[in-house]
Amino acid sequence: MGGPMSASAAETVAGTAAETAHYAPDALGSNIGGRMESVGAPAPAIRLEGVTAGYGERIALECVDLEIPVGALVAVVGPNGGGKSTLLKLIAGVLKPWTGSVEVLGAAAGREAHRVAYVPQAELVDWSFPVNVWNVAMMGRYPRLGPLRQPGHADHEAVEAALDRVGMLDRARTPIGALSGGQRRRAFLARAMAAEVDLYLLDEPVTGVDVPTQEAIMALLAAEAEKGKAVVATTHDLGAAVRHFESIVAVNRRIIASGPAALLTNPEILSQTYGGHLLVLGDNLGILDDSHHHDDPAGAERHFHEDHPEGRP
Amino acid sequence: MNLVLDPLAYSFFVRALVASAIVGLVCATVGSYMVLRGLAFMGDALSHSAFPGVVVAYMIKVPFYFGASIAAVGTALAIGWVTRQGKLRSDTAVGVLFAGMFALGVFLFSMIPNYVGDLFGFLFGDVLGIGLGDLISLAVLAALVLGTLALLWKELLYATFDPLGAAASGLPVNRLDYLLLALIALTIVISLQSVGIILVVAMLVTPAATAQLISKSFGRLVLIAATIGVVCPLFGLYGSFWFNSASGATVVLVESAVFFVVLAVTLVAGRVRHASVALDS
Repeated sequence: MGGPMSASAAETVAGTAAETAHYAPDALGSNIGGRMESVGAPAPAIRLEGVTAGYGERIALECVDLEIPVGALVAVVGPNGGGKSTLLKLIAGVLKPWTGSVEVLGAAAGREAHRVAYVPQAELVDWSFPVNVWNVAMMGRYPRLGPLRQPGHADHEAVEAALDRVGMLDRARTPIGALSGGQRRRAFLARAMAAEVDLYLLDEPVTGVDVPTQEAIMALLAAEAEKGKAVVATTHDLGAAVRHFESIVAVNRRIIASGPAALLTNPEILSQTYGGHLLVLGDNLGILDDSHHHDDPAGAERHFHEDHPEGRP
Repeated sequence: MNLVLDPLAYSFFVRALVASAIVGLVCATVGSYMVLRGLAFMGDALSHSAFPGVVVAYMIKVPFYFGASIAAVGTALAIGWVTRQGKLRSDTAVGVLFAGMFALGVFLFSMIPNYVGDLFGFLFGDVLGIGLGDLISLAVLAALVLGTLALLWKELLYATFDPLGAAASGLPVNRLDYLLLALIALTIVISLQSVGIILVVAMLVTPAATAQLISKSFGRLVLIAATIGVVCPLFGLYGSFWFNSASGATVVLVESAVFFVVLAVTLVAGRVRHASVALDS
């Protein structure tokens, strides 16, 4: 699997020196390693420097410095409204930072967009939309086709292969509204795979799906990371983050910590990330968090709840 | 007397049939994107916003297409811009701008001293009064709108279904949003003479809404909407000829009737399906 997270981020970043907590790699029994660029390693897949961003007047993330190497499988964790989705949107280039720079795949965010696939939260998708699984996966091919070309043989093959990999080929003609929660995630994952990208950005890909589907989705993502593609996924499921991801980024308006997934067993990091939302029960962790797990969306954004597919905001 | 063939002896009726079919086709196709984006209210707003443009064009004696296009497209872009600033919800921005524009139209309209019967035609539609020149302009604009949609249907579909995913993969979602608004505005301009400012929203939304009840894929949605959009005005125009009723209103009533019939059939079919599932289990 891919390399470890860069230490520049692992040492954590914060607004002021007083708030900054340093987590020495050794204390966690893991070797986080030095800065990627100092050892002639390939350029990171993602680099954020001094990034502050938000919506309207509200700051969602501030003073973020972060590097994610090629081949990483990273979970972004944090409380509701902590900036998880905002971080993903910054990397996707759909949200511009107020200050600082976001570099993705060696260029400014958004410049290499055809090499990036973004899978939105399930509740931002209108599940009553008249498209089937095949149509959704084919959308992954549209950006590379451009307006003048229609999908051809290569596109059909790519879509078929992607649907096969996620186990949805037999469901290709099923309208998305008739799918289960796990099948819906698979359909969107197929779209990302059909796009043949180098960076996957997934917002809550394993939220609310059954354990077998979770395992299947994570196995596919791990295989992509193994091939040298970077995978960044938000999740509010800490258990899933520890079990399935090799590294984590903990955010709560700023980067609290980043490094190996084992960081999430550190109570100090957890309490800084989740603040009052965290409930420690002996060795088990519980998060007191409501089920609404997105950041405040921008004004023009719609969102839909899965249990009410017809429901409009 | 032959109820079907007799009206065809009048050239104004034949022109009206052709114009209505073209308008119905363009409205239903653009309307398919509108219903999926929840832009029905926007259609109503833009048609009202075209009114001051129509009045000014009348006052300075230029073809109404110019005035209506500038006013409607300008308002569409202004609504898009105000919404993008993120300070107001889009329906609020739409409400403010369209009411203001329509008021401007009524204000200018009231200042014209002499009889302005022509302008009433734009409020309620007067497809039977369409001239050959108007019909040609209409066909050219319709070809422009449909050609643009034929070129960009995939991109518009992706941006409609998942704006974030489409933007992240490099589609110019903002520009596509503005383009769709401009296409809606142009479609309204095309339709003004036939159905009028007040009823054009029905031509845009009703066929696509009907199609949405019975289609599970986007291609079928557009196909069914376009069929309804072309066929209903033909029945509506004959109805208007037989009953000597207002043409625009009659066309819209036919489309509304089709919508309610399809809605009733889908509801009954749904009941039957549920009942049979209940029996099976």
